[in-house]
Amino acid sequence: MTDLTETENTFTVKVGLAEMLKGGAIMDVTNAEQAKIAEDAGACAVMALERIPSDIRRDGGVARMSSPDMIEEIQKTVSIPVMAKCRIGHFAEAQVLEALEVDFIDESEVLTPADDVNHVYKHDFKVPFVCGATNLGEALRRIGEGAAMMRTKGEAGSGNIVEAVRHMRALQDEMRRLTTMGKEQLMAVAKDHGAPYDLVCYVAEHGKLPVPNFSAGGIATPADAALVRQLGAEAVFVGSGIFKSEDPAARAAAIVKATTHYDDPAVLLEVSRGLQGGMKGLEMSEIPEEERLAVRGW
Amino acid sequence: MNKMVGVLAMQGAYQKHIDMLQACGARAKMVRYARELDGCDALIIPGGESTTISLLLQKSALYEPLRSFAQTHPVMGACAGMIMMAEAVDDARVTPLGIMPFRALRNHYGRQVHSFVTDISLNFDEGRPFPAVFIRAPGVEKLSADINVLAEYKGEPVMLEKDGHLALSFHPELTDDKRIHAWWLKHIHLGTL
Repeated sequence: MTDLTETENTFTVKVGLAEMLKGGAIMDVTNAEQAKIAEDAGACAVMALERIPSDIRRDGGVARMSSPDMIEEIQKTVSIPVMAKCRIGHFAEAQVLEALEVDFIDESEVLTPADDVNHVYKHDFKVPFVCGATNLGEALRRIGEGAAMMRTKGEAGSGNIVEAVRHMRALQDEMRRLTTMGKEQLMAVAKDHGAPYDLVCYVAEHGKLPVPNFSAGGIATPADAALVRQLGAEAVFVGSGIFKSEDPAARAAAIVKATTHYDDPAVLLEVSRGLQGGMKGLEMSEIPEEERLAVRGW
Repeated sequence: MNKMVGVLAMQGAYQKHIDMLQACGARAKMVRYARELDGCDALIIPGGESTTISLLLQKSALYEPLRSFAQTHPVMGACAGMIMMAEAVDDARVTPLGIMPFRALRNHYGRQVHSFVTDISLNFDEGRPFPAVFIRAPGVEKLSADINVLAEYKGEPVMLEKDGHLALSFHPELTDDKRIHAWWLKHIHLGTL
């Protein structure tokens, strides 16, 4: 009984931090200088990683957890929450990140998976986890394992919003469909989606996930941020889009403001003016199937 | 009851406060522009990231409108909202509004792994503990004797009141317990619960 209450309290606190990040922009940074630029631009958190996704894609090889020294340098520089990524299923990397006291762990498809069957059992940790999903079943499996925040995956490092839109629409459509179903249909839905039954029932009743849902993977402009917010994302992750552009500080500030005023075209116009070139980006047909990151996750 | 409570919606947990206000029987609306303060009888500044909220307030030219609103209307702030209500902050990255005479200490209770839920006693309802959710929570130093401490944690003030303004280190909107919002609405003559 005591243990159960403890677990519930821990989960409340984990989801609580995700609630505090809503309406904000979380930015990928690779050093303290970039972290400072992100914080000064109004980022609500930074994701510390050694190489941004577009460089990981370009360089190839095995992508692992970032060095603790580099993450620590960023923790010392900024006052906002610092997140870091572990490989899918690599609970030892997650233990290292927890010992380092990062504020959120992203069990991320951007890194090379360590386990091709299992994800980390996230309820075992005090630090909250965010995980990616491309559809409802995947999201509910991650929440079942203890994720305190979800993000639709998009295609990291592509600078192309099309996959982020596809995943957000898929998730929203599947959730809406559940709200129209009879109780007797929900077990079959759970079976089809490979999702925990109790979480399927939650979505059917509330029409949304039991944890905040953000968008990631391909956001490169203020209008991209506004688009995914209008499609239902409660906040945005911006990766390569900022520091692969020609004007990181101005673009970061513009994306922050667009995330807040996502439904006000006058503000979106104002913040879209005067930006230099955005990241070049990739057409999806240029990314071979075997190099796509969104398919990682089980 | 036609009273309206605005909830500052720059960034953070604004929807949770709106849900809580509505559950208390109040009307609530988001405030993103100075013009939206018109028609509000009170305001809540939610938790979120105080550096982000501070920057967005500057860019939206909301500092002066919020300061003058607070001179004539009650304001409640939780966590980052509490930091914004302070007279001073121990971090130059945040410019507070100076609504209440206290100094805010950012991340006083540590990083996320040190966040916690604990029962605290509310001095207006001492018999029933309140589940207070502290998330990377700020602390306070009173800068005036003329400020009421409504709750403490380990001997430190975590809930302050002065002239209808209410500042909290923790997050009453993240529980199912409506007592703090309901008490505040009643205290400022807006509520019925």
